[in-house]
Amino acid sequence: MFRTNQTALFVFIAIIAVLLTPAADVYASDLVVEKPWARASIGVSRPTAVYLTIRNGGAVTDVLTMVTTPAAGMAEVHKSEVKDGLARMSPAGNVEVSAGTTAILEPGGLHIMLMELKNPLKKGETISMTLHFENAGPVDVAVPVYGIAASGPKFSD
Amino acid sequence: MNGAVRQLIVYIAGGLGLVAITLFIGWWQVDGPGRAIDPYSVASQSLPLPFYEMNFQLTDHSGRTHPKDWIGRPTLVFFGFTYCPDVCPTTLSNISGWLEELGDKTSPIQAVFITVDPERDTVQVMADYVSNFHTAITGYSGSAGQTLKAAESFRVTYKRVTVDESYTMNHSASVFVYNANGEFVTTIDQHEPPGVAVQKIRRVL
Ligand SMILES: [Cu+2]
Repeated sequence: MFRTNQTALFVFIAIIAVLLTPAADVYASDLVVEKPWARASIGVSRPTAVYLTIRNGGAVTDVLTMVTTPAAGMAEVHKSEVKDGLARMSPAGNVEVSAGTTAILEPGGLHIMLMELKNPLKKGETISMTLHFENAGPVDVAVPVYGIAASGPKFSD
Repeated sequence: MNGAVRQLIVYIAGGLGLVAITLFIGWWQVDGPGRAIDPYSVASQSLPLPFYEMNFQLTDHSGRTHPKDWIGRPTLVFFGFTYCPDVCPTTLSNISGWLEELGDKTSPIQAVFITVDPERDTVQVMADYVSNFHTAITGYSGSAGQTLKAAESFRVTYKRVTVDESYTMNHSASVFVYNANGEFVTTIDQHEPPGVAVQKIRRVL
């Protein structure tokens, strides 16, 4: 009887401990990276782009601060925009994803630019990439490579 | 006496009436419903020239081309460069999509892709690059001087921007739509829905 109570107490404490686990784990599971894809490259001297969406289902804003990939020497979030009739592209810095919102990286807007490619990105391949978030920490993403003329994944929804 | 006063009153009333009418016409034309939306007053210098008034030479995989060679078919024209990872392939991909949507009617349409970065985009590079897109798209490269002349003819600009040890190009993002007579009809801007773009192209078919 005494033992059973002790076990019950232990289980109870364990449950409380799990519930009180540092919030980072929770944030990680609340951040969902979806629909990733990369544009095939022409050789290694030309840069190419990766697109995806980041859905923040949590209660706290998270920030994408850095992108790393073994496929490229440099990966950076850029923004394409038309200003005074000119299309231009510049580093976008950190990407804030407020609670309950989705950051969309899509052609003609935000993209992760891959520079100094190690190998040409060929259609059909998959590259690995790590998105580094302020709260969620590193999130690994497998990015399929589509053709140069692709405009995005074909969705069923 | 009575008649003179009456005449004076008529003159004054007439004068005031004229002033009122002038003011009304002024208001109507400047701020009122008669406000003119005159594209020529603002944009006459910024309208792309017809092909037959252009004078420059570019080269595609089959040789030298003068803009007059584009007359006879509805034509889409776009400026860009192959080191462009986002906007250029996206635009060429969009053009390919529009042409596909137009289906059989696309046979007369040609699409002209002119590089603003001829230093890196040779004729061969352009030919290889456009082979990834719709077959109606042809890539053109030219000397620095001829490229500038081409851009000026379409009233567009481009600018070289140094990034670290390399460079990128800021460039016009519009697609120019020309009819078969070689006359400029309209532009299709980035982010325009495909349906609108296709509708615009149908106007020159
Ligand atoms: Cu970029």
